[in-house]
Amino acid sequence: MTATFYDTPDAALDGVSDGARVMVGGFVSASSPTNLIFALKRRGTRNLTAIATNIGFGDRLDELCEDRQIAKAIASFAVRASSARASRFEEQYRAGEVELELVPQGTLAERIRAGGAGIGGFLTRTGVGTQVAEGKEVLSWQGEEWLLERPLRADVAILKAHRADRLGNLCYRMAGRNFNAVMATAADLVIVEVEEIVETGELAPQEIHTPAVYVDRIVRCDPVEVRWDGR
Amino acid sequence: MAAEHRPRLTRELVAIRVAQELTPGSTVNLGVGLPTLVAAFAPPEANILLQSENGILGYGGFSEEAYDQDLINAGGQPVTLNPGASFFDSAASFAMIRGGHIDTAVLGGLQVSERGDLANWSVPERGGGSIGGAMDLAVGARRLIVAMEHTTKDGRPRILRECTYPLTARRCVDLVVTDLAVVEVGPEGLTLREVAPGWAPGEVAALTEAPLAVAEDVREMAL
Repeated sequence: MTATFYDTPDAALDGVSDGARVMVGGFVSASSPTNLIFALKRRGTRNLTAIATNIGFGDRLDELCEDRQIAKAIASFAVRASSARASRFEEQYRAGEVELELVPQGTLAERIRAGGAGIGGFLTRTGVGTQVAEGKEVLSWQGEEWLLERPLRADVAILKAHRADRLGNLCYRMAGRNFNAVMATAADLVIVEVEEIVETGELAPQEIHTPAVYVDRIVRCDPVEVRWDGR
Repeated sequence: MAAEHRPRLTRELVAIRVAQELTPGSTVNLGVGLPTLVAAFAPPEANILLQSENGILGYGGFSEEAYDQDLINAGGQPVTLNPGASFFDSAASFAMIRGGHIDTAVLGGLQVSERGDLANWSVPERGGGSIGGAMDLAVGARRLIVAMEHTTKDGRPRILRECTYPLTARRCVDLVVTDLAVVEVGPEGLTLREVAPGWAPGEVAALTEAPLAVAEDVREMAL
């Protein structure tokens, strides 16, 4: 199935409903789907579970907390160790108004990978003997302890790539692959903003990072400048 | 408190001492905070390959030039690329880390125990804290160096018998470089290898809660 193309990020979010589990690609400023985040804000969709490696660390995802659209985050960076420069998410978390599942970044990436790859779980040494292990099965193997971690999927993924072709193949720019390429495999509906759309065949096959099979919707948008220091 | 008038090492000097630990040609991940300073002090001829867990192998220093928001390190700071650099996704990046392909990781620390347990992500009395890539790096890197202050701001030791803050990983630390000392973690416990200029081993031990064996060849750090 080839991707469907939309004229605006708002139109590309058609059907995204309250209570959705939404994966949000990007890493701080790098290839963050900021146009789609802003469209989700305008849409006013509520009670969302946001799955993203960071929220409120220079990204714009935190702006969804302005109108309290996020009920829960599953993230690796969400709350600073001091309350200086607190994000909106952090304020709401410290007030007990939003839920947070804090996940080691590599475990988050691998859970999403497993979710997209039909893998029912995996064993990792990451988190053994820490708070992350609470409530999880610990297995012994080859003289070491391993945590059993479960896959993660979402209803919707909003992602950003650099270029797409008309089939839906994607290329990312610089360090933009990050969580985008992993999340593209693990959501029922994958919506991608890109800077440029080219004709099918114009992307060299060996340079395609996300094959079209994973991509449902594409919208072309000019990138939004995001500063790592939140300025 | 002993000899508090003596200067402790600045963050830059701690980074310089850590940089001396990096083996030429090795692959190194530098954590957020003080460890990122190490990038500036690794001699170019050592050909250190810097990995950033957001998906870069072979980044250079911090970019002073045009800001490119797609070219950042794991701390979100803009960086440059060295020839031969490569990009990959986050799942591949952490496979690289957990799979033992990173020779050395340098992480910041809040507490280290005598067995080499590390606590570096949460201060319970302040609440919150974020794990990021620290837990994966702590278990995955072949050698883990922790760069931190020897004591808290009010003078309490950070090298303890047991960590009291939430752990990052158990028995993961190989070497601790502080603003007062270089301490090695071994199967028998901690050994004081080096002291900051002007500091005596006994003075460092007095600011360390865990038992500290003094190496026979203990010396002043060469900075």
